Amino acid sequence: MNAAYTAVPQEQKNPAYAIPLEDIDVSDPELYRSNTMWGYFERLRREDPVHYCAKSLFGPYWSVTKYKDIMQVETLPGIYSSDSRRGGVTILDSNTAVQLPMFIQMDPPQHDEHRKAVSPIVAPENLARMEGIIRRRTGEALDSLPVGREFNWVDKVSINLTTQMLATLFDFPWEDRSKLTYWSDATVALPGEGLVDSEEHRMQIMGECAAYMTRLWNERVNAEPRSDLISMMAHDARTRNMTPEEFLGNVLLLIVGGNDTTRSSMTGGVLALNENPEQYAKLCANPALVASMIPEIVRWQTPLSHMRRTATEDTVLGGKNIRKGDKVVMWYVSGNRDEEAIENPNNFIIDRARPRQHLSFGFGIHRCVGNRLAEMQIRILWEEVLKRWPKPGQIKVIGAPERVASPFIKGYESMQVRIDA
Amino acid sequence: MIKVTFIEHNGTVRSVEVADGTSLMEAAVGNLIPGIDGDCGGCCACATCHLFIEPEWLDKLVPAEDMEKSLLELAECVGPGSRLGCQIKLSQSLDGIVARTPLGQH
Repeated sequence: MNAAYTAVPQEQKNPAYAIPLEDIDVSDPELYRSNTMWGYFERLRREDPVHYCAKSLFGPYWSVTKYKDIMQVETLPGIYSSDSRRGGVTILDSNTAVQLPMFIQMDPPQHDEHRKAVSPIVAPENLARMEGIIRRRTGEALDSLPVGREFNWVDKVSINLTTQMLATLFDFPWEDRSKLTYWSDATVALPGEGLVDSEEHRMQIMGECAAYMTRLWNERVNAEPRSDLISMMAHDARTRNMTPEEFLGNVLLLIVGGNDTTRSSMTGGVLALNENPEQYAKLCANPALVASMIPEIVRWQTPLSHMRRTATEDTVLGGKNIRKGDKVVMWYVSGNRDEEAIENPNNFIIDRARPRQHLSFGFGIHRCVGNRLAEMQIRILWEEVLKRWPKPGQIKVIGAPERVASPFIKGYESMQVRIDA
Repeated sequence: MIKVTFIEHNGTVRSVEVADGTSLMEAAVGNLIPGIDGDCGGCCACATCHLFIEPEWLDKLVPAEDMEKSLLELAECVGPGSRLGCQIKLSQSLDGIVARTPLGQH
């Protein structure tokens, strides 16, 4: 490990070290908009790895900040519940959309049944079948970019490609596909941050989604089984009798899971290479490094800053007494920068020895079901980018990106770039 | 050294020799056997080292614990010989073990 690394000289200057330990609240959305959460997590990992915050926008909660402690929580689903009735998987309890029953927010055995109904769509054989169409659409999207002029990479590339992917997975009417992105964003938005005004407003949007998706379900339940997600759920014995709430919940889960996250990594990769020009040069000199760069982008970006659990019994974690009912937040964004688990964790290194050993997909029974699909989408993006623009620095980030103000979605509202011919 | 034979999804057979105490996942990843990823590093937390043990070796293995069973429950194409490679520590009694690897993990 990197024994030489120490931030002692920083401590005086860094505001994270200027406040009493007990006042540290890493859930403040502003920290993520300004990208200033790092120092607070660094301090917690060193001084108070399992940290209690008594007062926050989201109520009292525990922060789990080290890789090994996060792994412990992930692998004890009986003690650390994901059930929506106990509070679900995000720090925000009162998000009405995220309180819907969805398999990410169920414990076994129901979780297993619902997950197994949809997981074949992202199995290796199916991914191999999808690769050609993803590559063709990625190529088309890149060929339409305004080379030589400034544009927003988030809209023109990241949102465009992930929306197309969702439309393919759901076999969703192509001309309406931007609705998928809208529903996804509305599911996770913080009220008052632009997209949704209130929980009532959110549920009104969710109602539109439910009505649209129910129409597709009704068309497909009476047709021959096909390989899209809605048809798969409509024909699978384990999911065909879902309640309307369960159906909407699982649809939203699959939309959000495949949308915001991959989108942020598609943007984050461009930013990481711009911030690390020597890595950009290394990649261009050896494009085969795309394979190990993709998981490194996913670690470096950490598209979801956290997942939350709720203790089902009194327990001990990292020497702290967690009480039954306590909210326990696993900060992936911190565990992915834990120097005890990952060598030089603050550096973006595209040829790491074990690049997939990161927390961004979670671990245990709730580990991201679409992880290999996400990696494939991002891999194809970079393979096609390098075919067109093979020179280091050819895609230039202009100015600082605008980041999402959320302790959950770690992403970008916009990022201006220019591709030099 | 313990001899391990991997039979890939496409029928390719490869034999490798690894030290006593190595896990089957480490034997595969360390020798670049395709189809085995081992994302979590071997702590039974991801099921990306799922493989199929040939029937004659199954009885010689330490039975799967609950977490391994839960993860296998969610893995694709699970069959009677399904195990997670990280949970099988190789020793002299397993010298010559044969395992089939899937097309990929997820």
